[in-house]
Amino acid sequence: MNGATFKQFRSGAARATTDSQLQGAIDRATERFRTHRVDALAELPDADALRDQLKAIRSATLARLADHLETFERQAQAAGAHVYWAQDGEEAVQIVIDIARQHNARLAVKSKSMATEEIHLNHALSAAGITPVETDLGEWIIQLAGEPPSHIIGPALHKTRAQVAELFSREVGRPLPPDDIPMLTAEARRLLREKFLAADIGISGANLGVAETGSVVLVTNEGNGRLVTSAPAVHIAVMGIEKIAPTWDDAAVWLSLLARSATGQPLSIYTSAITGPARPDDPDGPREVHIILLDNGRSQQLGTSFEEVLQCIRCGACLNVCPVYQEAGGHSYGNPYSGPIGAVVAPLLFGLESHEALPHASSLCGACLEACPVRIDLPRMLLELRGDEVSERIIPWPERFAEQSAAFVMGHVRLYRFLTGLARFFQRPLARHSSIRIPRRLNPAGERELPALAQRSFRAMWDEIE
Amino acid sequence: MGERVALLVTCLVDQIMPEVGVATVRLLRRAGYEVDFPTDQTCCGQPFFNSGFRDQAIKLAKRAIEIFEDYSAVVLPSGSCTTMIRAEYPHVLEPWLDWHQRARRLAAKTFELSEFLVHQAHWQPLAAANAPSVTYHDSCHMNRMLHLKQEPRALLSAAGCTLVEMAESDRCCGFGGLFSIRMPEVSNAMTAEKLRRAASVETDLLVTADPGCLMQMRGLIKNTHLRAEHLAVVLEEITR
Repeated sequence: MNGATFKQFRSGAARATTDSQLQGAIDRATERFRTHRVDALAELPDADALRDQLKAIRSATLARLADHLETFERQAQAAGAHVYWAQDGEEAVQIVIDIARQHNARLAVKSKSMATEEIHLNHALSAAGITPVETDLGEWIIQLAGEPPSHIIGPALHKTRAQVAELFSREVGRPLPPDDIPMLTAEARRLLREKFLAADIGISGANLGVAETGSVVLVTNEGNGRLVTSAPAVHIAVMGIEKIAPTWDDAAVWLSLLARSATGQPLSIYTSAITGPARPDDPDGPREVHIILLDNGRSQQLGTSFEEVLQCIRCGACLNVCPVYQEAGGHSYGNPYSGPIGAVVAPLLFGLESHEALPHASSLCGACLEACPVRIDLPRMLLELRGDEVSERIIPWPERFAEQSAAFVMGHVRLYRFLTGLARFFQRPLARHSSIRIPRRLNPAGERELPALAQRSFRAMWDEIE
Repeated sequence: MGERVALLVTCLVDQIMPEVGVATVRLLRRAGYEVDFPTDQTCCGQPFFNSGFRDQAIKLAKRAIEIFEDYSAVVLPSGSCTTMIRAEYPHVLEPWLDWHQRARRLAAKTFELSEFLVHQAHWQPLAAANAPSVTYHDSCHMNRMLHLKQEPRALLSAAGCTLVEMAESDRCCGFGGLFSIRMPEVSNAMTAEKLRRAASVETDLLVTADPGCLMQMRGLIKNTHLRAEHLAVVLEEITR
């Protein structure tokens, strides 16, 4: 997870495209998500109208984000929660560690959260002597493997059953059979239950926060989110500042599209709303709830042409339809956010220069825009980031020179005619059957044959067409 | 002689597959039009636009507007270049009121070939007895930006072709302009996925309406039993 220069992205993608196990895993998972999404949206009376409604809600919310966040803070505090504002990842991490230290915490259970991936919280916790344990099955698998997530909602979708069995076997200290899935999940459940009961704190993300009641909403399928936020005495939620729904009516629209777009479920198995700590007469629940509002570069996008990207609800639909993601795999993106949304978000949050390849990791096919529940125009933003790379001179000079020269040629038809004629002459030794034969290692297109120029151009034939 | 239309042949067709341009001219003439080829034309500017070289794209957009704005209609054998003129010219020229209006006027009379034949010319090819069965690849811009999915299929069907639909006919072929050179590993893997779907239906002729997709798919097609051809060439041959 250290960026995505052209070299980094291409070598990651080259590994991914030649790894048939990985390709099979990605193809199966994304195809399942794709079909389920289409079916789940078809069940709605008017999915398109609902998408328009969510878009309107998200864009109106962002237009007055500060107000909604202040309402959220006020309401959450009224419900007994502590609210913190973290300008960047470092601040957020420090707040978590301070709270953990106040409680002498040694063990933290976590439910799946992209925001904590973004700020590398696990790493910092370990360094501070607090053991983080991921309790979402997929997150736990990649934690055991020491890998970052490869998909926003299916963090371990790149792992095969056999690889998972191997990781679990190592953890329990005896060999587990890869074909017995019920047994593997039962082992995971047994091990994780121990952690839930022993944990001092529970850390979650937030799928959204509802301002009018100061509630944090979590969407999970495994029930681990509920245990993380109720079994330990302290619950810490890390929430990106853009994940605000002003009212529960807004949240209802959001939730009716989130699971459908993500996994194709009408709703996920568990939708939990956490409003402050346990009341005195509650039989269980945390004694303290801490909510960290994470900015980390988000507010800088407000009022710019990239504000739209903050409308994202992190459903992962754009990954599942993206042909580039399907070939390159999530890890090539060099940060926790992969696929088309990652290609826009990562350069904005983590730096364009260190993620220079991401705006180019797209054929601009538009499938992401078509699938996005909030209709975020990702292709437009990818183009804009490419433009920024040109104006900030991140694009290396040979390419700048080549593009500028080519454009100059295209602007002068006589030069264009002269140079294409020249190329036609010099390609002769290399042109065979309408393609250029050059050694593969010299071919910029790899194994793909490059076309030769036709013997005569159209403009040369134009007068003779019958 | 009928109405006069301008052909914007596109730089790929001009230099690499002139037979597509020839077929386009013949089809337009068959549909009753007089075709003009303004010889000053070069490139619509899309490669530069897509690479973030906006200034260069703007210069080429202005140039194309000057060359084509006096015609009553402009036809292109490419969904992608049509999209550039229709969607992006007005967009990139927005800061200049005069140019913006000229761009919008040109956009309104610029058509992709199958779109022009179906909606402007109302041309119906006669069904040929020996027409081949084909599978059609929806190119991304033509499908998602111009919403032209039925037009090429309608022409192929009317000409007597049996259409055999592949799975995900609208999956990207992997071209994406300079993407195919910047990211050849991913690009080629995408093309292989595309061709795998095309090769698993009962036909050996893969048809598309975009020269870019055609060039890309041809680059790896020797691994299959398929032949890839441009819509214009297929239609022109069977309606002779």
